[in-house]
Amino acid sequence: MAIQFNEHHFNDNVEKNVHNDFMRGAVASAQDHLYTKRLDAVEELGDWEQWRNHAQEIRQHVLEHLDYYLHELAINVEKAGGHVYFAHDANEANAYIRDVVRQKNAKKIVKSKSMVTEEISLNDALEAEGCQVLETDLGEYILQLEGDKPSHIVAPSLHKNKDQIKEVFVEKLGYDEQNTSEAGELARYVREILRDEFLAADVGVTGCNFAVADSGSICLVTNEGNAGLVTTIPKTHIAVMGMERLVPSMEELEVLVTMLTRSAVGQKLSSYVNIVTGPKHAQEVDGPEDFHVVVLDNGRSSILGGDFEEVLQCIRCGACVNTCPVYRHIGGHSYNSIYSGPIGAVLTPLLAGYDDYKELPYASSLCGACTEVCPVKIPLHELLLKHRQVIVEEEGRAPVSESAMMKLFEFGASRSPLYRFGTKVAAKAIKPFAKDDMISKGPGPLKTWTNVRDFPAPKEQRLRDWFETRDKGGNV
Amino acid sequence: MKVALFATCLVDVFQTNVGKATVELLESLGCDVTFPKGQVCCGQPAYNSGYIRDAKEPMRHMIDTFLHEPCIVTPSGSCATMFKEYPRIFADEPIYAKKAQLVADKTYELTEFLVNVLKVTDVGASFPHRVTYHTSCHMTRLLGVKEEPYILLEHVKGLELVALPNAHNCCGFGGTFSVKMGTISEQMVDEKIDCALQTDADYLIASDGGCMMNINGRLHRRGDKLTTLHIAEVLTQHEGV
Repeated sequence: MAIQFNEHHFNDNVEKNVHNDFMRGAVASAQDHLYTKRLDAVEELGDWEQWRNHAQEIRQHVLEHLDYYLHELAINVEKAGGHVYFAHDANEANAYIRDVVRQKNAKKIVKSKSMVTEEISLNDALEAEGCQVLETDLGEYILQLEGDKPSHIVAPSLHKNKDQIKEVFVEKLGYDEQNTSEAGELARYVREILRDEFLAADVGVTGCNFAVADSGSICLVTNEGNAGLVTTIPKTHIAVMGMERLVPSMEELEVLVTMLTRSAVGQKLSSYVNIVTGPKHAQEVDGPEDFHVVVLDNGRSSILGGDFEEVLQCIRCGACVNTCPVYRHIGGHSYNSIYSGPIGAVLTPLLAGYDDYKELPYASSLCGACTEVCPVKIPLHELLLKHRQVIVEEEGRAPVSESAMMKLFEFGASRSPLYRFGTKVAAKAIKPFAKDDMISKGPGPLKTWTNVRDFPAPKEQRLRDWFETRDKGGNV
Repeated sequence: MKVALFATCLVDVFQTNVGKATVELLESLGCDVTFPKGQVCCGQPAYNSGYIRDAKEPMRHMIDTFLHEPCIVTPSGSCATMFKEYPRIFADEPIYAKKAQLVADKTYELTEFLVNVLKVTDVGASFPHRVTYHTSCHMTRLLGVKEEPYILLEHVKGLELVALPNAHNCCGFGGTFSVKMGTISEQMVDEKIDCALQTDADYLIASDGGCMMNINGRLHRRGDKLTTLHIAEVLTQHEGV
């Protein structure tokens, strides 16, 4: 499974990663920085709630008419001289791309950042063909040097600080150890290496932030400008997109790009927005001779029309990840999915099943921070809850002890005499464990609570008893 | 004004002081407070764990218990939010959907009730201490009650309110999350406590029993000197300034 990148269980990953102080420091400082930047960018735009409503409407409209817009996109890509391929799954997508690469007899491939190509493990497929595949997004490049995996959908190497990155460069690229670990200098160093690679590449592969149906264009949003080079220098450009990532026209594109950059990194606009339409035309000076769009389903069409459809509104800004207090402490790799954070916890079980991912929907305190920041109004915490309901009620995968406790809860809590009796008995039962009104080693189900914190001893007199016997007397 | 107290199970059994303070506060402002005896748990622990079918029984019971009350007040943002969710949960059961809507429409979290219904901002309390305030997630994000607790605290004589750093981050309670994901919850509550300690406040004030039980339990385990108080407990203080 290409979404997955290690063999470990979620809880094992968490136990390991909470002790990774470098990662936690890097994640917390990125979150704190992005929190203020996003708020400033949102405030500056004004009427944020209206913008969110508008963005949500656009995404929902597209999903409701997805067949129509995909058809329109395909016609217009072909009209512009490009080719469109609809891939049912990762294998089909990789096979098509491999065929194009074979036809071109291509050996050197440059890529700009794309989560969907991570999803299908395109690099592995092309390397198996004997191709050299090079990531040109700085974050992805760092990960590729080390064989590491993305921990964030927008900032893939978020889990590393600049000193760790310098170490990677020293070890893998021969960067002078005496040199600085200042970010600008590290970027400049890589830029020089990459420049030659761009010039020598046969094929450029990109993802697609949005495809524009009525013009057949592909829009790429970056801050490094690498996508511009990937789409203009090599003779062939292959763009891979999730089948839901499109907008009707430039008008809607403008809204969504604004929402994307403000939500992702607190920018009005990213440094580069490339809009590519077809291969190089007669009057143009640069661009590829051959242009392909691969539209990937890979499980998306089965989400469409179901209880989780809203997750397809996602524009991959990562705002939910940047605000999530759970992600903050465990980092992206704990999720064992290229899609981490709240969006990953919703999406991953849908694309890759519950067998390996049934813990993810529980990796949330349902605090709603993700839902609050989502620029296209995906009710993320509600979808996590929906997953829990499916796991419990449809899949029957809940632990037996938990189901039994919930049955008892239902039975006891829905009958007030029983509830009154139960609270009295339970209070009496745990009372002997208390010392100074606190319980530090609880019995039974309380044990997991008291592993971390003390539990309050129940009061001698419940509020309802006090109310009844106090001077004013209870009523009803 | 007749007010039915929806005490919440935590307050009924563990945090009776919060319940007593709530009753005292409401009565001091002229409310006639009742305690509908039929009240049980709002169903949230089961609901948030995915046991929607199991949660519905106590929910129906709560709807029937509070249906004919003129006004429902609870000292918990999270439990108030649960009542507000009832209409959606019963959307496919026409009779209960209607009843749930009636209950939801007349349910108020305590500070929301004081500021927006009773139109009181100064309850006459005095509490000459340095305090910080923990915003609970359900109350601010889902119920939308954000400013009311601050408005009330600002009018407490002698009270010095210090902003809590990273107040927007969850304290790590999340109901069954706190035990199912104990390791993560521990990191979250530790960060919350560290932020609170940075303020040098003597008291951490909150409006939700769940957050308080979590934060206080961890404070006690760590041995930190910081006292948690529910906002109702602060609003009934009359310490000399």
